[in-house]
Amino acid sequence: MKSKREVLIKLFISTLYLSAFTFGGGYVIVTLMKKKFVDEYRWIREEEMLDLVAIAQSSPGAIAVNGAIVIGYKLAGMAGAVTAIIATIIPPFFIISLISVFYNAFRSSFLISQMLEGMQAGVGAVIAVVVYEMAEGVIHGRNPASVLIMTGAFAAACFFGVNVVLVILVCGLLGAVRTLIARKRKEGKDT
Amino acid sequence: MIWLQLFLSFFQIGLFSFGGGYAAIPLIREQIVNIHGWLDMDQFTDLITISQMTPGPIAINSATFVGIRIGGLPGALTATLGCILPSCILVTLLAKLYLKYQKLDILQGVLDSLRPAVVALIASAGISILVTAFWGSGGGIRLSDTDWLLAGIFVICVALLQKLKWNPILVMVLAGAMKLAAAAVQKWVF
Repeated sequence: MKSKREVLIKLFISTLYLSAFTFGGGYVIVTLMKKKFVDEYRWIREEEMLDLVAIAQSSPGAIAVNGAIVIGYKLAGMAGAVTAIIATIIPPFFIISLISVFYNAFRSSFLISQMLEGMQAGVGAVIAVVVYEMAEGVIHGRNPASVLIMTGAFAAACFFGVNVVLVILVCGLLGAVRTLIARKRKEGKDT
Repeated sequence: MIWLQLFLSFFQIGLFSFGGGYAAIPLIREQIVNIHGWLDMDQFTDLITISQMTPGPIAINSATFVGIRIGGLPGALTATLGCILPSCILVTLLAKLYLKYQKLDILQGVLDSLRPAVVALIASAGISILVTAFWGSGGGIRLSDTDWLLAGIFVICVALLQKLKWNPILVMVLAGAMKLAAAAVQKWVF
């Protein structure tokens, strides 16, 4: 491979570019990263990339940031991870800073405020469709425990105002217990 | 004090949002609107709208937006740092564990149980966005106070997304344009 400095510079520029022009969330940017680093630069092998993406997706936090960390780390250790994170954050940081400075002026203009009000209904629709598709996936999984968790979590958050973090902690714990029980059973059958 | 609050709030958002993108929305609402009152529901919805239309993860966009309003540029940096720190620690740790053991079936089990919960939480946050759009952020839900225009725009948007598979950004711009056109007609014709 080329010198570390060259790798870092190329990593920085390509991550910056991907982050600045990727609309539509983490899954999209991870796919583009694969195209860049696996297909174009051939810095990472395909199977390795799949493992790295799995880690990025199963860790908490933004998938784009997680993806940048694993790829940066894989290519150039800690220095690579830091380089990739900074490059990923710069574009949204500048764009949103600019928007938030003008937000109050924006909001008081008749044109923009009407647009934003209409867009509230639009973003509500986007979320509704996403939720519908995700919930359909859970129900089609035919796992009664998953459907029960979904209904319970919804009731807790929507009707009883339970803290979101608490809901996540409880459900995560349930998942760990389920896995342990399944493992015990399997071990019992094996012996 | 405000710096620590900003940092800790976004640290929690970074730490507990599993599943990317929309999964951060309920956590952001909880921290920013419910607990600290840094944004009201209208501003929060604007923030989500802006995030959808600009590149970058929703959590990072929110950290910058809220941070700047609360503490200027240093505030934005503090919040963003808080938001990515859990990722930095956990992703590196998991990457190491993964390379060592290859299989993490407990983690997989935790994620399998979290997925349905995250769907439910996103649904709950989506409902509060719609309630704000249809009935305003002030008070209760009364049929007579319903903003029927926005309800109609919502139905059209759902149809465009679900049946015709339109691009979400395009649908949102169209929603804004419809409301603007209706308001302009009301203002200048009547």
